Amino acid sequence: MQFDTPATTNPIDQLTIVGQSIPRIDGELKTTGKAIYAYEWDEENIAYGHPVGSAIAKGRITSMDVSAARNADGVLAVVTTLDVGKREKGKQNTANLFGGDEVQHYHQAIAVVVAETFEQARAAAALVKVDYAEEKGVFDLSEAMKTAVKPKDAGGAPPDTAVGDFDAAFETAPVSLEETYTTPDQSHSMMEPHASLATWDGDELTLWTSSQMIDWWRTDLATTLGIDKEKIHLKSPYIGGGFGGKLFLRADAVLAAFAAKAVKRPVKVALPRPFLVNNTTHRPATIQRIRIGAERDGTITAIAHESWSGDQPDGQLETAVMQTRLLYAGKNRMTAMRLAELHLPEGNAMRAPGEAPGLMALEIAIDEMAEKLGLDPVEFRILNDTQVDPEKPERPFSHRDLVGCLKRGAEQFGWSTRGKPGTRREGDWLIGTGVAAALRNNLLVPSAARVRLDQDGVVTVETDMTDIGTGSYTIIAQTAAEMMGLPMDRVKVRLGDSRFPVSAGSGGQFGANCSTSGVYAACVKLREAVIQTLGFNASEVVFENGTVRSGTRSVPLAGVAGPDGLSAEDTIEWAELSDSHQQSTFGAHFVEVGVDIATGESRVRRMLAVCASGRILNPITARSQVIGAMTMGVGLALSEELAVDTRRGFFVNHDLASYEVPVHADIPHQEVIFMDETDPISSPMKAKGIGELGLCGVSAAIANAIHNATGVRLRHYPMTLDKLLGGLPALS
Amino acid sequence: MRAFTYERAASVESAAKSAAANDKAKFIAGGTNLLDLMKLEIETPTHLIDVNGLGLDTIEPTSDGRLRIGAMVRNTDLASNETVRRDYGLLSRALVAGASGQLRNKATTAGNLLQRTRCPYFYDTNQPCNKRQPGSGCSALGGFSRQHAVLGSSEACIATYPGDMAIAMRALDAVVETVKPEGATRSIPIAEFHRLPGDTPQIETALEAGEIITAVTLPAPIGGQHIYRKVRDRASYAFALVSVAAVIQPDGSGRVAVGGVAHKPWRVEAAEAELPKGAKAAASILLADARPTDQNRFKVDLVERTLGAVLREARG
Repeated sequence: MQFDTPATTNPIDQLTIVGQSIPRIDGELKTTGKAIYAYEWDEENIAYGHPVGSAIAKGRITSMDVSAARNADGVLAVVTTLDVGKREKGKQNTANLFGGDEVQHYHQAIAVVVAETFEQARAAAALVKVDYAEEKGVFDLSEAMKTAVKPKDAGGAPPDTAVGDFDAAFETAPVSLEETYTTPDQSHSMMEPHASLATWDGDELTLWTSSQMIDWWRTDLATTLGIDKEKIHLKSPYIGGGFGGKLFLRADAVLAAFAAKAVKRPVKVALPRPFLVNNTTHRPATIQRIRIGAERDGTITAIAHESWSGDQPDGQLETAVMQTRLLYAGKNRMTAMRLAELHLPEGNAMRAPGEAPGLMALEIAIDEMAEKLGLDPVEFRILNDTQVDPEKPERPFSHRDLVGCLKRGAEQFGWSTRGKPGTRREGDWLIGTGVAAALRNNLLVPSAARVRLDQDGVVTVETDMTDIGTGSYTIIAQTAAEMMGLPMDRVKVRLGDSRFPVSAGSGGQFGANCSTSGVYAACVKLREAVIQTLGFNASEVVFENGTVRSGTRSVPLAGVAGPDGLSAEDTIEWAELSDSHQQSTFGAHFVEVGVDIATGESRVRRMLAVCASGRILNPITARSQVIGAMTMGVGLALSEELAVDTRRGFFVNHDLASYEVPVHADIPHQEVIFMDETDPISSPMKAKGIGELGLCGVSAAIANAIHNATGVRLRHYPMTLDKLLGGLPALS
Repeated sequence: MRAFTYERAASVESAAKSAAANDKAKFIAGGTNLLDLMKLEIETPTHLIDVNGLGLDTIEPTSDGRLRIGAMVRNTDLASNETVRRDYGLLSRALVAGASGQLRNKATTAGNLLQRTRCPYFYDTNQPCNKRQPGSGCSALGGFSRQHAVLGSSEACIATYPGDMAIAMRALDAVVETVKPEGATRSIPIAEFHRLPGDTPQIETALEAGEIITAVTLPAPIGGQHIYRKVRDRASYAFALVSVAAVIQPDGSGRVAVGGVAHKPWRVEAAEAELPKGAKAAASILLADARPTDQNRFKVDLVERTLGAVLREARG
C-alpha cells in the first residue's frame, strides 16, 4: 500500500479496540517468566562462549597466546580475531565487531573462548595472553573539536543550514544570548545484556538473539560471515530493552556464530555487563553553542545552534541541532554540526538521537532568554511558535499543537504559582519548577506484515517487527482485531523472526506507527480476500463481532476460510507526504525539583508530560513509554555520565554501580496527558511516534527547575551537586 | 572466576586454622562483595571457607552494659534490632542508607567491615592498580577521581572505603573482636581496624593471616542525637560522595565520623572539641590535611556543609 494521500475514514476510526487501554497481551508471559529471552533459549548439547575484550584503545595485536586457555578445564575451542582474519564490515556499524589485528577501541572483541560450561569459559577467557602494539589515540572532545570537520551528511540531512542573515540580525538584536552547553557520553544501560545462541545446520545458521532490527542484523551478519543472508534464520521474539543499543549487529552474535562453527555445537554468548559500555555503542558527548537574538517584545529574530561531537573514523554526528531547525520561528537562522575524530568506542543512536541532547541545550537557552526578556518561559515559547518549517515556510507541519501542550500543561501543573528564582523553600529544600518544550520527528519507514485467517476464525499476524518492551504485540493485535472485526482473543501475533515479512523494526519512535500501518495494509488485503470469497459487494461490507455482514447477509468469519486458510501480505510505503509536510511530535514537560540547601543534592518531586503525537493506539502502553522516557530524562539530567579516561581512552565507569541510572527512590509522581488528536497525514493509523518524545526536553526542564530553585544556572550535564555547591547560600 | 575448593567451617577455631594454612583462602559470609570480585578476577581465592554455619548471629548485651553484635548478624537484622534502634540509632540509620533491601538481608556485620573499595580502576583488571596488583601504579591519580579520597591518601592509592556501617561504628567507638589461628583472641578498636593506604594499599585492615572476626562490641550507650547523613548523586543504591555520622549532645558537644573521604572512616577527635563553635570550626580541623584532586575538590566544601546541616538538625 502506497500511502500518498491523507487518510480518510477507515475501520481504525471505529476505535472499538484501537485506542483502548488494553493491558499488554504478553504481560502474563513476562510476569510469569514464560517469555523466553535470547540467553534462555535451549538446545541440546549447548556450549558456552565468553568474549575477550581488548585491553587497549587503539593499536594492533602483535600476537596472542591462547595455549593456557585452550588447555583449561572444559575448554572446547578458542577463536581469535586473528584466526578469523579481517572481515567485511556490515554497513550499519562504524567500528569492526570482530576479525583482524586492528584494535579500534577498548573492549573490542578479540577472542571467544568456548567451553562446556559458562564458568569454564569465563575462567579460561582470563587466560588469553595478548601482545599489542599500542598507538596514540584521541579521546578528548574538547581538544579534538579544534580539528573537527564538516561531514558530508548528517543522517540524510545537510550538516549546515542558513536562512536570512543571522550575523547581522544577532548583532543588532536588542536582547541576545550566547552560551555553550555540554552533554556527556551516555550509555543505553538496558536491563538485558546483548546475548545470542547460534546453531549451524550444514551451511545454515539459526541465531536466537536480542535485536531491535531483525533485517539489519541478518544482513550485516551475513556480510561479516561472508554467507548469503538467506542462510541465516534470526529470531528475537522478546527483548529486554534496547534504547538504540540493539539497533545494529553486535559482537555477541558474531562470536556465537564463529564459535558454534568451530565446535560444531550450539553456542551461547552474552556480553558481560562491563562490556556493554566499551564494547557496544553509546550516545556521544556534545559541545553546543547557542546564540539567540530577540526584540524586546520577545520575538526571536535570530537563532543559531552549532554542535560538535566525535566518533571513530568514518563515523557519524550526534545530530544535536535538528530540532532547532523546526522548533521556533525566527527570520534569521543558522545551524551547523562538526565531527571530530575520536578513538573512544563507537558513538551511535541512543533514544531520540539528536533531539535528546539537542533539547538538553536548546531548552535551557530558551529559558535563559525568557529570563533576559522578563517573560514567562511558557509565554515566550508560545510567542515564537510556528506552524510552518521555519527554514522552508512553504512546508507546513502536518499537525502541530505545541501551544496546546504548553497551555494544558501549565494549567494542570499549576504553573502560574511559580516564583522568582531562589525564593521558595520548604525546610532545607529549595524548591523550583521548570518547563521545556519537546519535539521529536515522526519518521516513516516501510513495514510489511502477513495476516492469515484460519478456519476457526483466528487471525494470525506475522511480521519481523520487534517488541523491545514497548507493547508492539498488543498494538499489532489491536490493529488486526479492529480491522477484521474480531475480539482480541481471536488474534495471534508472531514477531521478531526473519522468516516473517520485513517491518520497520523498533527505533526512532517509528515502530508503533509504521508497523501497525503495515498490519493495516495487510488486513485491507485480507478483507478484500474475504469479500471476494463470499462474493459480497465490497462497498456494503462490515466486519464486526466476528462476522462479515453485507446488507441482510451475515457470515461468521470462522466459516470463510477453508482448511488452507486465507492469507494476505502487504507493505506500507510512504510517498511524498513526508516531503510536502513536516511531520513531528510535540510535547511540554513540567518539573518540580527540590535542591538540598546544604548538600546541593537535586531530587525531582513531580513531573508532568503533555504529548501531542497523533492518535494514541493504546493509552496504557503509550503512557509506559512516556514515563520510562521521563525517568531516563531524570538520569540524563542528574547523574548519567560515562567518565572518559583521556589518557587510556575508555569509559571508566562501565557497570551499573558506577554509571548511575535512576532508581525508584529518584522517581516521584509522574503524570502524562495525551492531547486528543489525530494526524491523517502521518499514516492510515493517524498515529505518530511517542516512545522518544517522552525523553525530549525532560532534562532541560529539570535544569530550568534547578535554576528556579537556586538561582544557579547550570549548562553542563549531568547537574551533579559539585556543580551547584559554589552557588548555594553559605550556611549559618 | 577461577575454580576454587570449598569447605563449611565447623567452628571458629577450625575456620581460622584452615585460613592460616592457605594464603589463598578467603572466608565467605554473605558473599555480596566477594562473589562479584571473584567473577571479575579481582579476588582470586583458591579456597573458600564458608562461615555461615558458625552461629555468631546474635545481638546481646554484656554484663557491663555494652552491646555485642555477632559477626554473622545480617545488616537487616542489625538495623531493625530494638536495642540498636533505641540506643545506637546512628548505626541503624547508617545501615539502612546502604545497598538495597536484598543485599542487606544477606550482608553480614563482619563482611560489611571488610568490603573493598569501589574505585573503578580497581574493578578493571586491564588497568594498573596498586591495591589489586601491588607495584603496578595508581590509575586514579590523574584519572577519573571524583569519588576518591581527599584525606589520608598516598601516591600509591587514593581509593576510599565505601561502606556506611563502619562510619557509624567509628563514631560509636566500636571494638572488633577476633580469634587468631592459634586460638588467641584480640579486641581491635575500630579506629585501628582500617588502615590508610601508605605504600601497601593492598593491606586494608589490621587483621592478620587467618584471623577471623567473631563480633563487634559497642560501648555503653552515650545518649545524644544520632544522625547519619549520606550525600549521593541518586537517592538510593549509591555509594556516598560523603557521609557524616554524628552523635550530638544537648550541650553541643559530640562526635563526628566522615565517610567517602578516605581509605578508612575518618574521625579527628581534636575537631570534635570545636563542634560547639559550629561546622566551620570543626571542619577546618577535620579537613586540615585534605589533598583533593581537581575532580573531588568539592568534597572538602561538601563535608563542611553536610556537617553544618547535621548540626542544625541536631539543634532541632
